[in-house]
Amino acid sequence: MQQSPKRAPKQYPKPPEGTWTEHYPELGTAPVSYESSISPEFYELEREAIFKRAWLNVGRVEQLRRKGGFFTKELGVARTSLIVVRGMDDEIRVFHNVCRHRGNKLVWTDHPAEEISGTCRQFACKYHGWTYDLDGRCAFVLQEGEFFGIDKAAYGLVSVHCEVWQGFIFVNLAKQPTQTLTEFLGPMITAIDYPFEKLTERYYYRGDIRSNWKVFLDAFQEFYHPPILHGHQNPVMSNPEYKQQGFYTMHFQIDGPHRVGSTSGGAGGLLPPEMYNPIERVMRSGLFGPWAPSEIVTNELAPGLNPGNKKHWGLDSFQIFPNFAIVFWENGWYLTYHYWPMAHNRLLFEANAYFAPPRNVRERLAQQLGIATIKEYALQDCGTLEATQMGLESRVVSAFPLGDQEIMCRHLNKVVNDWVRDYQRSRAEV
Amino acid sequence: MADALLPPEFSDLEPFAKEWCLASEPERYSKRLASTMDEMQAFYDAIFPRAEEAIVYLDKFPLHDLPDDAHRLLQLLYSLILVSFAVEIWRQPYIPDTGTASFELKLEPVP
Repeated sequence: MQQSPKRAPKQYPKPPEGTWTEHYPELGTAPVSYESSISPEFYELEREAIFKRAWLNVGRVEQLRRKGGFFTKELGVARTSLIVVRGMDDEIRVFHNVCRHRGNKLVWTDHPAEEISGTCRQFACKYHGWTYDLDGRCAFVLQEGEFFGIDKAAYGLVSVHCEVWQGFIFVNLAKQPTQTLTEFLGPMITAIDYPFEKLTERYYYRGDIRSNWKVFLDAFQEFYHPPILHGHQNPVMSNPEYKQQGFYTMHFQIDGPHRVGSTSGGAGGLLPPEMYNPIERVMRSGLFGPWAPSEIVTNELAPGLNPGNKKHWGLDSFQIFPNFAIVFWENGWYLTYHYWPMAHNRLLFEANAYFAPPRNVRERLAQQLGIATIKEYALQDCGTLEATQMGLESRVVSAFPLGDQEIMCRHLNKVVNDWVRDYQRSRAEV
Repeated sequence: MADALLPPEFSDLEPFAKEWCLASEPERYSKRLASTMDEMQAFYDAIFPRAEEAIVYLDKFPLHDLPDDAHRLLQLLYSLILVSFAVEIWRQPYIPDTGTASFELKLEPVP
């Protein structure tokens, strides 16, 4: 008979079924295959089944403050590049970054594969000078009379479905998405109503990592590994209690393809001084960010956060399918992660940290230490996950046990397989 | 000092200013990787004890209107933050077990 995990400490109660995993019986409890993370053929399926059908976040409205503001987004996973632009009518639109004349990439500078941003009134192709208005309409064709009855109205940029939620710009590459963004995000995510627009101080990291996007993402959706992999980084992490008993997540919740894990907080500055590194004591900051709450923190937590309504809540890690995460911290700042697949064993990892604009040097330095700490942690993950990819690719082991603390990894694995199977089924029917 | 880089109150830190007042995180991180632990320990031992005093000094100015010498003092504190990981935690310039992975700050606020 299969044994259920032993009881968790009483301060971390689990659902009536005894475990988080069994609370969601569709997940099962059997060891899991990671073939989906090492197979080039599966990656080809994911591109179509997931990345060309799900809503994908490509940025925030603050990146397009003015009319005519634009940025390009390289989506290698879908073999396309997008132009995201705020039109003269303030409407945000998204187009494939391809000139209708002979297919040249329309918007780029110096290096065709690099993303750019700026402000303009029209897009002009570098090749033969065709121009497009910000709403995508073809505005000018050089020597139009030389063409064979060309109708400019039929040669606008190819548009992409675009919707905005809480200032996050999402695209859907399907010809006709089967769900609106709100339907796709579902009740757990759309319950969030957070003052994102006030947190405009942005730090943007990116990394090129040799691992599958899901292998990498998995490390950012479980709190089982930090006391071990990151155990030396500060005295809190090397707390022998964590090393012996492990770390418990307070709350897990799953809604459709999305999931959240909530943990306790960093008790910024309230622990005995020896629990902090010297730099943390001077800068009053660390892994959980600045010790001083930002101006958005009030007695009322923003709607949708701390969905388990836990008393000593410190952070929520919302994982929005397929490759987007928002992490909310108790002291009033947030992080986003994007995991962009580049190949079955390579990804582009983006991390953005957003704070309230600092009012003085002390606040700025606290933010600086926070983001420097993120890098120290993230690079350890990067190195380790390249090693995990190698281990998986050896195919020496084909099924891996996941604990109850790894329920979010189990869920992603299942959702990805479900979406691919659904896509294959829909293709078979055609 | 006519060619002083830092505010006069912090003239004792001048020997570090030329090398460690760097404009961006990638420059500061590269500098950390290219430095020996002896160099970073000396830098840390000089700057760390003055950090609180420097923050109090800098907070006399509006963040977005720092005089040049104060701005450089702030950059020195940014370098201190990156160096602190090498000195306080890793006892080596680079993060252990990170292989060839890269993770670079592409956008950061000014100052």
